[in-house]
Amino acid sequence: MAISQTDVLHVARLARLELRADEAEGMARELDAILGYVKKLDELDTKDVEPTLQVSADRMPFRADVVVPSLDKREVLAQAPRADEAGFLVPGFVDET
Amino acid sequence: MSIADLNTLEIAARVGQGDLSASAVVSHFLAATAEHADLNATTFVAVAQAQERAAELDRARAGGAQLGRLAGVPVVVKDAICTRGLPTTSGSKILSRIVDGQPEGWRPPYDATVIERLLAEGAVILAKANMDEFAMGSSNENSAYGPVKNPRDKTRIPGGSSGGSAAAVAAGMAPVALGSDTGGSIRQPASLCGVVGVKPTFGRVSRYGLVAYASSLDQIGPLTRDVRSSARLLEVLAGFDGKDSTSSTAPVGRYEAACEQPTRGLRVGLPSEYFGEGLDPDVRRVIDDLIAAWKAAGAEFVPVCLPHTDYGIATYYVLATAEASTNLSRFDGVRFGLRVEERGTDLDRLYAASRGAGFGPEVKRRILLGTYVLSAGYYDAYYGKAQRVRTLICQDFERAFSQVDVLLTPTSPTAAFRLGERNQDPLSMYMADVYTLPASLAGIPGVSVPCGDVVVDGSSLPVGVQLLAPRLGEEALFRAAAAVESLVSRS
Repeated sequence: MAISQTDVLHVARLARLELRADEAEGMARELDAILGYVKKLDELDTKDVEPTLQVSADRMPFRADVVVPSLDKREVLAQAPRADEAGFLVPGFVDET
Repeated sequence: MSIADLNTLEIAARVGQGDLSASAVVSHFLAATAEHADLNATTFVAVAQAQERAAELDRARAGGAQLGRLAGVPVVVKDAICTRGLPTTSGSKILSRIVDGQPEGWRPPYDATVIERLLAEGAVILAKANMDEFAMGSSNENSAYGPVKNPRDKTRIPGGSSGGSAAAVAAGMAPVALGSDTGGSIRQPASLCGVVGVKPTFGRVSRYGLVAYASSLDQIGPLTRDVRSSARLLEVLAGFDGKDSTSSTAPVGRYEAACEQPTRGLRVGLPSEYFGEGLDPDVRRVIDDLIAAWKAAGAEFVPVCLPHTDYGIATYYVLATAEASTNLSRFDGVRFGLRVEERGTDLDRLYAASRGAGFGPEVKRRILLGTYVLSAGYYDAYYGKAQRVRTLICQDFERAFSQVDVLLTPTSPTAAFRLGERNQDPLSMYMADVYTLPASLAGIPGVSVPCGDVVVDGSSLPVGVQLLAPRLGEEALFRAAAAVESLVSRS
């Protein structure tokens, strides 16, 4: 197996993705099959091939640094699961002691 | 002639001249949408908003205003595209929250650039189209809102991920739909439902306001019943947008005019790799008949090789999932949609629980795969390797286009399969996109045009032909597509 259930749970933790135990088991099997298939890329010798990072039709220029209006704060916050007038609310994550 | 028979150009002309009211057009298509509700092609029908917009257009016209190139044309919009004030869920539960016991989709505070462009030309947003969750799928069975059914045979899939868009146009619910194509998500459902679907060159159309799946691949494009309507749509949608730095500044072509150019002497490449093992023999026969007819009409066919075609699926599933794993980190239960939070929970638990409850199985699978191939120790072996193979795939196309103007291939190796036939095996589902993925990796434009039917278990099912052109070669693409369309309509 290229990928075990332990690997899946490790990756799930990196991805901040909660998995049930039965989900993790199925995922390990499926990801193993997919990674096994992906191994076919190793048939190709690519040591002298440059990677393609993007395929844009033209060069991406910097835009002018000009201030333009942005979205209305009240409208953006209106649909947040939890918010007050100032921003989105999350559980405390800074240890102040 | 009834409204149902009019294409986009005819609707726009009549509404623009005042021979037909936008309100009459919209009521016809709202009725058709209601009549085909069993297809599950839409996630939201904007009844009141569409009627109000049509009445506004009719008032403006009565007051002497020019309505634009899409006057009164109703559009069904894939639910991955942000529509101000209308629910936008990307086929996922994570973009819905429960209000008074009912799921309610996130309503974006802005329109995607493509929506602004449609509205500026007089179009009407009719409904949002069902889709595979976050555009991940080839059968529309991955939607959190249930599968879409193929209008030709309701026991079959419409293709994906823009399955709702293709089904809506095929069933006559709207003359136009917008889809998005990352690895075939416009072309494959267009083929399986029997409509025209265009994936423009990467960067031809702004993605601002498209819920991102794989940013080096995603493109928005039109689905229509005829080629000229798609040409009109792309002329409206294409062009540089300061809000999408990957959008091209190249001038927009004259795609409608290109449809009128004769194709005698056009050099059409036939890549042998797209006609080998795995291609259904009945599908092949339909494509071969088209080639014979086009040859008789004066096109020149040239055999070409795209030797790295067989590596397209593996390359795609490394690169697309890697990009998805980072793009989808924005769905964290903080800013929009679903949040799962127990008393005393910390921030990491809130993220993990919200994402665990909100994402469906295929999205989880791709996030995990993408995170894995980007993780320490595996990055070079998978992600770096796939980026290098992507170069080889791009070079295949460059070599082919030094010999020919366009390429012709089947869009899909088979006609529409049955609901439930492949959704237990991710790899067999991924194979459905074998002919569309390489062009996505190379960033070149493609179109699927209906070219005949096959009979499978007593059902007559559509077959599409895929045409591909070099980067920014949309004029050649439309020239060839219009020729194919006229050959098919004559046979």
